[in-house]
Amino acid sequence: MTPDLLARLREAQAAKRPVALLTRLSDGRQRLWPDDSVPAALSEAAEAALRDDKASAVALDGDKWFVHPHNPPARLIVVGAVHVAQALVPMAATLGFAVTVVDPRRAFATPERFPGVSLSFDWPDEAMAALALDGRSAVVTLTHDPKLDDPALDVALRSPCFYIGALGSRRTHAKRVARLQEMGHGEGAIARIRAPVGLDIAAVTASEIALSVLAEVVAARRGAALAQRNAPAVAAA
Amino acid sequence: MSDEDVLATAATWAAEGEEVALATVVETWGSSPRPAGSRLAVTASGRMAGSVSGGCIEGAVAEAAQRTMETGAPQLLDFGISDERAWEVGLACGGKLQVFLERLA
Repeated sequence: MTPDLLARLREAQAAKRPVALLTRLSDGRQRLWPDDSVPAALSEAAEAALRDDKASAVALDGDKWFVHPHNPPARLIVVGAVHVAQALVPMAATLGFAVTVVDPRRAFATPERFPGVSLSFDWPDEAMAALALDGRSAVVTLTHDPKLDDPALDVALRSPCFYIGALGSRRTHAKRVARLQEMGHGEGAIARIRAPVGLDIAAVTASEIALSVLAEVVAARRGAALAQRNAPAVAAA
Repeated sequence: MSDEDVLATAATWAAEGEEVALATVVETWGSSPRPAGSRLAVTASGRMAGSVSGGCIEGAVAEAAQRTMETGAPQLLDFGISDERAWEVGLACGGKLQVFLERLA
């Protein structure tokens, strides 16, 4: 790989722009898609690789090319700059998530408590709308305060994000379900919310809760059986 | 270490004047521990970042990388080893994989 191509690849990564690195395995010749012009077949392979987030070798005119997608990192939006969030954020970063913490309460959302983390002080509905959640986004609400959690969940439920988790007991969640129904969300949509949040590992400490949440986020992302919840949350109410 | 970090580390090493080679898993068969796209960066001085297996073949890849760093010629290496040779260079899990080696230059 030439230093120039490495620089271009890293620039795309820094700009959170999806690109695919195409390498002809016989001689190491490389192209960056979509920046460089490539044959249509390779272009299609690059698009598919980015869509499926899966690298593979493809044959083209007797040559073997390695098609290597470089998608921006999956995102984790944490609503509530609380103690559990302080444990959750560094763990999520280790797992490769780009993390944003949303909390309009400036006493909680401080750079001292969340060094180097992207913080949003906007009200959750505005903050979430600005973040433009997509299928590579996960949302976890941790504030315990309906004034903050509910608007965040409202936006999350209207988005294609792959994970929505809300901290709170079954009883807290039953009340939350009733409020979200009043906001116009149906039973099926509300069942997307994982509550109580996280895999049931009987977590007690903030770090353990963070571990259970992230284990469930990963399970949901990778399509693990463990991510399936048997009964929709509303049935438990 | 994420794939992005491996590239960043490789770029840093190159900027420090190190000879750097990049190894990438391009194809796997069976129970290989790391998926296609996994990267390992190595230097002529012996530094390593990232991985292309669970630690089974990194040594052999680093050794082969010395030649790529010397000649600039990329290599395509096959690893896939029967159980009785697992103690040699290979995968104890019985998987097979192909690794592309290139010089960063």
